[in-house]
Amino acid sequence: MPHIQLPEGLQGIRAAMAFRPETAKPLNDLVEVLLHAPNSLTPGERELIATYVSSRNDCYFCQTVHGAIAAAHLNGDEDLVRCVKTDFLHADISDKLKALLVIAGKVQQGGKLVTTADVEAARTVGATDMEIHDTVLIAAAFCMYNRYVDGLDTWQPHDEELYRQRGKKTAREGYVTMSKEYLPEQKHTTQGV
Amino acid sequence: MPHIALPDELPGISSAFAFRPETAKPLRELAHVLLHEPNSLSGGERELIATYVSSLNECYFCQTSHGAAAACHLGNTETVKQVYIDFEAAAISEKLKRLLVIAGQVQSGGKNVTRSAVEAAREQGATDMEIHDTVLIAAAFCMYNRYVDGLATTQPTDESMYTQMGVHLAREGYRTSSIRQTSSVVPSAEAS
Repeated sequence: MPHIQLPEGLQGIRAAMAFRPETAKPLNDLVEVLLHAPNSLTPGERELIATYVSSRNDCYFCQTVHGAIAAAHLNGDEDLVRCVKTDFLHADISDKLKALLVIAGKVQQGGKLVTTADVEAARTVGATDMEIHDTVLIAAAFCMYNRYVDGLDTWQPHDEELYRQRGKKTAREGYVTMSKEYLPEQKHTTQGV
Repeated sequence: MPHIALPDELPGISSAFAFRPETAKPLRELAHVLLHEPNSLSGGERELIATYVSSLNECYFCQTSHGAAAACHLGNTETVKQVYIDFEAAAISEKLKRLLVIAGQVQSGGKNVTRSAVEAAREQGATDMEIHDTVLIAAAFCMYNRYVDGLATTQPTDESMYTQMGVHLAREGYRTSSIRQTSSVVPSAEAS
């Protein structure tokens, strides 16, 4: 049972977001820019970074839903997603993404652990400053989302098919559009955004 | 030196915000809602939670700037120092002490939050909304701290700069830059 009275029938972060729409908006806007908006890293690559960090933080909801979104972007290749979570150095992904996952893993443990050598290694295989920036921020952001979801002890049903279907839809439509399924309609525009 | 080419006139998270205005906008908005907008927890209490989590994560820039914002709200620096050292002995309410316990548990991992810690907060009068906001402030600073240190941003040790930032954050909030610009390097996207 969740630590506080969250709306019933909503899984994971959806319940927390419906409880507090004022914070849900920037949380959805952030993940939309990081994972769904156009980027030199593909949506599949960025979702794999989010999935990997969520799996290291042991957050069932986040790793399952983002794993499903990643698979949807990657022609349904769920084995690849599993491989990235368990042993990404041997996964069928680019050397650049492997180097970025090393950085993401450091950020997950603590920001200060990212070394100049880690960053140089990513640059050597073609990572740009923007890609390194986004990797650091995706990893940092999932250290937030994961703690938010588990820190409130949200309801996280173990139903792979549910996440698979939602993953396909989110991969297609993005996070802000999907949030209309569980957020109350905005009655007035938010000031300043 | 930062890991990537950030604007070198700007300290800490401000340099990362200037580098990527598209993500700066929701990051600023989130901090603004959590720490500055009207809330049953005072601005000082919420800044103390942010400062405490940043100190556990050993992020110099965040703990110093949010410590300065907390000091500005509270009208003293002593309470901020006490919260760093031993919040159980600090001159703060019992409710805030119980919320800081929850914040510390979130910092070490979301699953570490215990039912008894939540019950203890409730016994001191904490509402569901206050517990929610405590969890999200603590989680958000696990992000901001990693962002600031993960890019190895420049973090000056000039106390007066942080004091000035703290005054801006306490009075104006987070939607605009808290860095007083002395040259023409104000990133145009920051004032959106």
